[in-house]
Amino acid sequence: MSELIVTLLRVGYLVVLWLLVLSAVSVLRRDIFGTRVIARGSVLTGSRRSVPDGGANQRSSRASRGAPSTIRVTAGPLRGTTLKLGQSSVLIGRAPSSTLVLDDDYASNRHARIFPEDGQWFVEDLESRNGTYLGAHRVHGPTPVTIGTPIRIGQTVIELHR
Amino acid sequence: MATVAPSRVRTGRGVEITLLLLALTLGIGAYALVGLATGDALPAGFGGYAATLAAIAVGLHLILRWRAPYADPLILPIVMALNGIGLAMIHRIDLRLDARGLTAGFGDRQELWTIIGAACAAVVLILLRDHRTLRRYTYTAMVVGLVLLVLPMLPGLGVNINGAQVWVRVGPFSVQPAEFAKIALAVFFAGYLVTHRDVLTLAGPKILGLQLPRLRDFGPIVLAWAVSILVLVRQTDLGSSLLFFGLFVAMLYVATERWSWILIGLLMFAAGAVLAANIFGHVGARVDVWLNALDPEIYNRDPGGSGQVVRGLFGMASGGLFGTGWGEGYPDLVPYANSDFIMASLGEELGLTGVMAILMLYLILIERGIRTGIGLRDGFGKLLASGLSFVVALQCFVVVGGVTRLIPLTGLTMPFLASGGSSLVANWIVVALLLRMSDGARRPAGEGGGGLVSTETSLEVVPGDSEPPARDLDPGDTGEFASDDQHTEVVERP
Repeated sequence: MSELIVTLLRVGYLVVLWLLVLSAVSVLRRDIFGTRVIARGSVLTGSRRSVPDGGANQRSSRASRGAPSTIRVTAGPLRGTTLKLGQSSVLIGRAPSSTLVLDDDYASNRHARIFPEDGQWFVEDLESRNGTYLGAHRVHGPTPVTIGTPIRIGQTVIELHR
Repeated sequence: MATVAPSRVRTGRGVEITLLLLALTLGIGAYALVGLATGDALPAGFGGYAATLAAIAVGLHLILRWRAPYADPLILPIVMALNGIGLAMIHRIDLRLDARGLTAGFGDRQELWTIIGAACAAVVLILLRDHRTLRRYTYTAMVVGLVLLVLPMLPGLGVNINGAQVWVRVGPFSVQPAEFAKIALAVFFAGYLVTHRDVLTLAGPKILGLQLPRLRDFGPIVLAWAVSILVLVRQTDLGSSLLFFGLFVAMLYVATERWSWILIGLLMFAAGAVLAANIFGHVGARVDVWLNALDPEIYNRDPGGSGQVVRGLFGMASGGLFGTGWGEGYPDLVPYANSDFIMASLGEELGLTGVMAILMLYLILIERGIRTGIGLRDGFGKLLASGLSFVVALQCFVVVGGVTRLIPLTGLTMPFLASGGSSLVANWIVVALLLRMSDGARRPAGEGGGGLVSTETSLEVVPGDSEPPARDLDPGDTGEFASDDQHTEVVERP
């Protein structure tokens, strides 16, 4: 083989190697530059709403525009955690099998459940010891949740967001 | 108060297949280039090799689509690329060893181990539907891990190869049980720490701004230290002992966020290492080699000379910025060029540019693992993901640091690159666990598929009196699986 081809192949291999590295980096650029941290309450304004929230949620968010798509933990040990909502209910508690596993001594194993019914999301207390509060009121039966209302479970506060 | 803006969930399977194509190009291309450079033709068995790699990539991709559709799209391509590059380099060194009349055939064996490793990963992905299942086996994992560690010391079972008593002979193969012990111990540490971290974090005196743990909470770390020292002494395996102790300290830090643990851990390891260097000849020799590698006296010393390290350094130096090209260098002049010193071999043939790219691939792999830990919503998963990623990171640091003479050389293997079946299979299992956990981390709540998640969330309790209330346990209890069996009557929601 000619010297030229050998050199081209040698350099070409390094180029492909870096191509893999750079394409991998471009896939994770959201992680590198960080998630968008924004002031509470400003999430719902402006153009962000035009972005659909992931494949699974597209249908539901088109069907009813005001439907929440995420749960956010705004206080407590898990603060900052977000959880995408799908079509089915979310179990919250300390049991490792919960959807949102709380690391909160004031929460029960199966503490509360958040579930959709006719396009509306409800929160239900599962006979927890310390109770579930929606705003300032203690929840007993299934209670409709509006977007942005704090749900307090032990030391943890979660909110539904669009 | 600030919140984190939501971002779209993509499964990432499309991205994965593009990157897999690139990764396969790298692995298969390297093999072809080796043949072209050494024999001016594609190597014999090239078709079979290419088909094997492609089948592994496609097979695992399809399994991910089937069983873990939200798994991280970067992990599999990076691992495929690293494994392919390693295979090509091992094959390339085989050719030279063969020409010099030395034992070769590492390449074929490594190819077989790659298939076994990928098959193990597939089995883990198919059988393990949710990583939280592993938490039930916390203490089983501890026993399994310790037994695996002790196994090579048993007479009649352990085999002493190259001065280290870390092998067990199983039929025609020698296996390093320590490689699998690290997975079991990571599971145990994660399960143990997730239940005990509050005690470790909050109890104890505060001295000089450091929150020191209580004396009785010291027990486990002392045990881990003792075991790692025992491994060091009995098996003359410095690398594994560093790995286990580092894993435990790192997971302790992740669990408690207390700097004091890292400080205590470093001090304890330093004390152990200094002691070992003074008492055991082979450890002392390694330190000598590290400090005065270029002394003629130490270079020529046998055994325990610095010839391997120095030749590796010269190999990398002759590679320069862009390397000699696949098949054009002399990496086989370094002893163990295809296992311990594979980074030096790659440095010679791919140059600094290539080695940097490979280290970047490791960096991204580890970043994805730790990112998975951040995304997971249960403490056990967070600890396990960060622990497993840390094991890979520590191995890279210790190996590359040893080869480049940043730290004393220890006997660890470069994950996925180095020749060695146990390490390869164990790391494929680690990757399968990371893929499984990243699926759990990225999956929207209530999407079907996941084991425990879906059984808990896709079932709807019948309103009415037939459902006994979920029992409320004391806030102080450990939150183990108390509630799993309390459904009596459930129906599927439409």
